[in-house]
Amino acid sequence: MIQAGTDTGGDALSFELLLDAIVLGMLVGCFYAAVSIGLSISFGLLDVPQVAHPAMLLLGSYGTYLLGRWGLDPLLAGVILMPIFFLFGMALYRGFHEIFEKRGEATGIGSLAFFFGVALIIEVGLIMVFGVDQRAVEAPYIGSSITVGDIPLPIRMVVAFVVALLFTGGLILYLAKTFTGRAIRAVAQDEGALKLMGVDPVKIKQWAFGIATATTALAGALLIVITPVDPNYYRLYIGRTFCVVVLAGPGSMGGTLIAGLILGISESIVLTMFGASWAQAVSFGLLLVVLGLRPQGLFGR
Amino acid sequence: MTRAGAKFWVGAAAVMLLALAATAILKNEYWFYAGFVVLQFVVLATAWNILGGYAGYVNFGTSAFVGAGTYAAIVAIKALAAPLGVQILLAAGIAGLLGFATGLLTLRLRGIFFSIATVAVAIVLETFIVNWRFVGGSTGIQILRPVDTGLFGSYTKMLFLVMVGLSVAAAAIARTLEISWIGRGLRAVRDNEEAAESCGVPTLRLKLIACTISGALMGAAGAPMAVYQSYIEPASAFSLNYSILALAMPIVGGTAHWSGPVLGALLFGTLQQVVSATISSELNRLVIGVMLIVFVVGAPAGIVGLWRKWAAKRAGAGSP
Repeated sequence: MIQAGTDTGGDALSFELLLDAIVLGMLVGCFYAAVSIGLSISFGLLDVPQVAHPAMLLLGSYGTYLLGRWGLDPLLAGVILMPIFFLFGMALYRGFHEIFEKRGEATGIGSLAFFFGVALIIEVGLIMVFGVDQRAVEAPYIGSSITVGDIPLPIRMVVAFVVALLFTGGLILYLAKTFTGRAIRAVAQDEGALKLMGVDPVKIKQWAFGIATATTALAGALLIVITPVDPNYYRLYIGRTFCVVVLAGPGSMGGTLIAGLILGISESIVLTMFGASWAQAVSFGLLLVVLGLRPQGLFGR
Repeated sequence: MTRAGAKFWVGAAAVMLLALAATAILKNEYWFYAGFVVLQFVVLATAWNILGGYAGYVNFGTSAFVGAGTYAAIVAIKALAAPLGVQILLAAGIAGLLGFATGLLTLRLRGIFFSIATVAVAIVLETFIVNWRFVGGSTGIQILRPVDTGLFGSYTKMLFLVMVGLSVAAAAIARTLEISWIGRGLRAVRDNEEAAESCGVPTLRLKLIACTISGALMGAAGAPMAVYQSYIEPASAFSLNYSILALAMPIVGGTAHWSGPVLGALLFGTLQQVVSATISSELNRLVIGVMLIVFVVGAPAGIVGLWRKWAAKRAGAGSP
């Protein structure tokens, strides 16, 4: 049994390990979709270079941690934070619109630097308030695991999987079926036409950016449920979130789920086969490959 | 040569002579130790601006090119026992190649894809170095400085002068590009890439040239780090600080003119030395973030732009 971790041959043991890796990867993959769906809206649909999205995610995790110290369940804390994040997102978009979109510089160097600055301030703010040590939350479902078939599954992963799936699925439905959701997708396709229909595109975009930001509250709560976080986590999630969005193809909501699964499973397999020192390069490597071979993504417009 | 050109080269010669005189007069090694870092950022900010300022393509991964340069130098030392000059040339070559490859992969796409790709290159490259035993892996590697201190009394002074030379070279390259057809083409790319393309500007080729030169200069600036620090680990060679500052300095200084990044780097670099040493490096980063936002919102043309506006106003008020 001791050799199981190091053996990479084709025997039954390593096949079992591979199966474990795939199942765990699927759970993580759904979580990756949940952390990326907001970016899929802000960057994919609205074309806003929101590089501060991963930093917002961490802000969600730390907010959950703070509320958790008052005894609040992490997932409940994530839900409570969502309206605050929603308002913050609306304000952020309003600022971005006034400063850059009105000048016609929505995708220029200034707007990228702006969001980069926002990310930097969030990251440093977190370091100054909480320090660089890892922070974790407590809940009944963190720490124990169940066995399905022969595969041991940490319950926190299963919880994150279920919540992520419901959450991502709900958002996809919202964007596909409701009037506002359809307007958001319309603004991505043709702003002028939307104006002619009597809808203010800026208001719709502001609403959509608010939603995109609100997702990071719950996704951040899921993140700290899955693993303890520190402020430097931000960098890792630049790779993961952008990898998922680009792989899915900007604007493809359903694709986000599939792309998340692909990333989750690939990372998990690399982790099992080659160890943790290679795993962090998977998302960035995959991102480079997609940019080189198929920049429009799997399901791109 | 034009009058402005003559002025530039006289200024460059004066800077070099001044630096040489300083190494002869100043006794305290600290000045050269700190000056090296500030000047390294002059090179990095200038290099960043060749692509970011002139063409409008934002590089988030300066650390990839600096780290590539540092580790190219380490390989040159370990495998060939090469002297510093060869290390720098090799580092520039490797980092230039890296810039070319990154550009080829992503410069056809929208700007933000290039930006994200540069972050990706930095992380992927660092991961390879962490897993490469020959250069020390994640624990790092010790580099012995040559015993021979050369002409300038101490090795630190020599490295300082090398960095002065690289800074002047970087500024000269940036200035030459800026006033040549390449600079004009890059500005056309920044202002409206589609229009430039349809007017027959070879946009992709220009961007690749800029990306390669920018990468090579960053690599050259990273090369002397191997002997400067004498102990190198991947986490410091690929430090996020490079990426943040190389972007912030030109934006604060001004991206349209070669003097912008130089000014930004001298200002920020010195501030960085003072604040990091006296207060905290976190506060330092916070200052950078705030300044970045203040300038892109309030003064998109940077300090150079503000100065020009002020000078124009004064000239306007002075004339009858």
